[in-house]
Amino acid sequence: MDLLYQIFIDPFVQMGTAPDLLVQTLWEGLVGGVLYSLIALGFVLIFKASGVFNFAQGIMVVFAAMSLVSLYGLGIPAFVALALTFAIMLALAWGVERLVLRPLVNQPDIILFMATFGLTYFLIGFGELVFGGEPKVMIADQLFLPRGAYDIKMLGGFVSLQKIDIAATVIASLMVAALAVFFQKTRIGRALRAVADSHRAALSVGISLEQIWVIVWFAAGIVAIVTGIMWGARSQVEFSLQIIALKALPVLILGGFTSIPGAIVGGVIIGVGEKLGEFYWGPLLGSGIESWLAYMIALAFLLFRPQGLFGEKIIERV
Amino acid sequence: MLYREVGQYKTTYEADHAIFPLLQDRIGIAVILAIAFLFVPFTASDFVVNSMLIPILIFALAAIGLNLLTGYAGLISLGTGGFMGVGAYGCYKLATAFPQVNILVPILLSGFFSAAVGVVFGLPSLRIKGFYLAVATLASQFFLSWCFVRVPWLVNYNVSGAIEVPTRTFFGIPITGPNATATTRYLVVLAVVVAMTWLASNLVHGRIGRMWMAVRDMDIAAELIGIRLYRTKLLAFAVSSFYAGVAGAMLVFLWLGASEADSFDINASFLVLFMVIIGGLGSLLGSYLGSVLILGLPIVLRTLPGSLGVPLNSATVEHLQFMIVGALIILFLIVEPNGLARLWQIGKQKLRVWPFPY
Repeated sequence: MDLLYQIFIDPFVQMGTAPDLLVQTLWEGLVGGVLYSLIALGFVLIFKASGVFNFAQGIMVVFAAMSLVSLYGLGIPAFVALALTFAIMLALAWGVERLVLRPLVNQPDIILFMATFGLTYFLIGFGELVFGGEPKVMIADQLFLPRGAYDIKMLGGFVSLQKIDIAATVIASLMVAALAVFFQKTRIGRALRAVADSHRAALSVGISLEQIWVIVWFAAGIVAIVTGIMWGARSQVEFSLQIIALKALPVLILGGFTSIPGAIVGGVIIGVGEKLGEFYWGPLLGSGIESWLAYMIALAFLLFRPQGLFGEKIIERV
Repeated sequence: MLYREVGQYKTTYEADHAIFPLLQDRIGIAVILAIAFLFVPFTASDFVVNSMLIPILIFALAAIGLNLLTGYAGLISLGTGGFMGVGAYGCYKLATAFPQVNILVPILLSGFFSAAVGVVFGLPSLRIKGFYLAVATLASQFFLSWCFVRVPWLVNYNVSGAIEVPTRTFFGIPITGPNATATTRYLVVLAVVVAMTWLASNLVHGRIGRMWMAVRDMDIAAELIGIRLYRTKLLAFAVSSFYAGVAGAMLVFLWLGASEADSFDINASFLVLFMVIIGGLGSLLGSYLGSVLILGLPIVLRTLPGSLGVPLNSATVEHLQFMIVGALIILFLIVEPNGLARLWQIGKQKLRVWPFPY
């Protein structure tokens, strides 16, 4: 009975008695979720356009952030360094298309998945060789990212909102809107959707797959830069950050591999669920449940909707 | 010219079903086994046995386990590391609860623990497949890793939080713990791995293996011809986790000697998956080849600059090692997406028709 009380009643009593804490937790979950969404977005872009499950998205985030910080460290002005980072990500996209994807065209999905694993290893080794293994500080001030926090008085307490978190949320929303417009309204966006529907049909109407892949990997690279700046500004830029990519995976299965809104909604559900679970139910199990709770939430959803919340309906033919 | 089937007639169904239908293959496997059992233990140095042969055999067994699941039944799993951990901790609990029992019994029984856990985490496979399933199996990996750290009962409330392998003997010879020599441990590992490979080979060549392959190739069609999907998939999860569990138990008891939770983290899962895919999906031989390549490569890369006389500091070597392993994975996939086992088959075919091109 006591256990049942602790599971089903006590957390809600806590929520009711300290609503400011609840709001704070929700806010933190929301921000964490937005950042997961950003990584998931990179995955979705590439999966939609090329069917590649890109495990390297996490290391691309770190790689972009490291490039930016290191270039700035060489004495290059911040915004020039940012532009150069864009160029690096473009070069990376081109290199990946040329050296990895093109020779592996028409291979089964799992082979391409493995290839992105190889890419991950390569980028880890290469990045550590070039940038060094030690953590770096993101150049948040130079990029005019705000610092500090707003303390808002509400519900009989204070809720503290980090300005960087607000900025991250705003920038993420802007980027998603931009991507949506890009996908829906532009010529290239239409080509991307065509490729996502069917490679062969797209080829037959004269869309260049190679070009599209470079573009889509570059788009994922841009997402990686933004993610890298945001994550970096909240903590540090270091190579262990690449395992946050694993955090984006439950977001993906929750939202569906092919849906951009799914990545966003999934990210928020996972982020908020994780924080609530950790804060209110975590002490019961001895904390640290954040590491697997996201997966369990995603699994629970999957049992009811195997294609994710927004995934395309799976139709199978014999 | 040496390698051909000319003149070898099969007159019974048994002969036709044989795993090694060719005389040359049978001789070859006998020679390899003889070398492994009789020659290597007396000639190889402790270093080679301990840092190469034992881990290669143990990981080959884990790779066989994953190969049964991924290569034969077509279910991708990223939870192998966790299942290996269940085997290791299960074995530890059994070995300390029943110290008088022969140590081989807990090692093999621990496989049943991981099989049970594997079935539980295999349940989602009934609803989801492909990469969705791969990510779902990550849930098991993270959950189990968390359990290994957070549940002190698993390590009998050791303050170190690690498994400390007790000394156990087998007919008077110590085979686990600090007193066991590398050679005896090698022989035990070899015997278990060979026996379980033989078992796996019989499984995949029989009815069960064919059911798995039918499910892999198209599960709806398999269901239509009367294969019960749920049972078949769960059986694949059970058998696969059994192999992983035994491999995990041997990893701790016969190789590492002591182990913390991070021996069984996500990296172990990825390592085994690399082996399976580089070695060849749906091939038992491939599991061995993948294990040799993935475990051997870092050792070669580490010793190479030193032996060539190139002075590099260890950090640089490690970074280069990551780069080279990554590049080689991509290269291997481009050269032969079907894995090393396929290369071996091509080589065999070339030998058969030599000196003609085809």
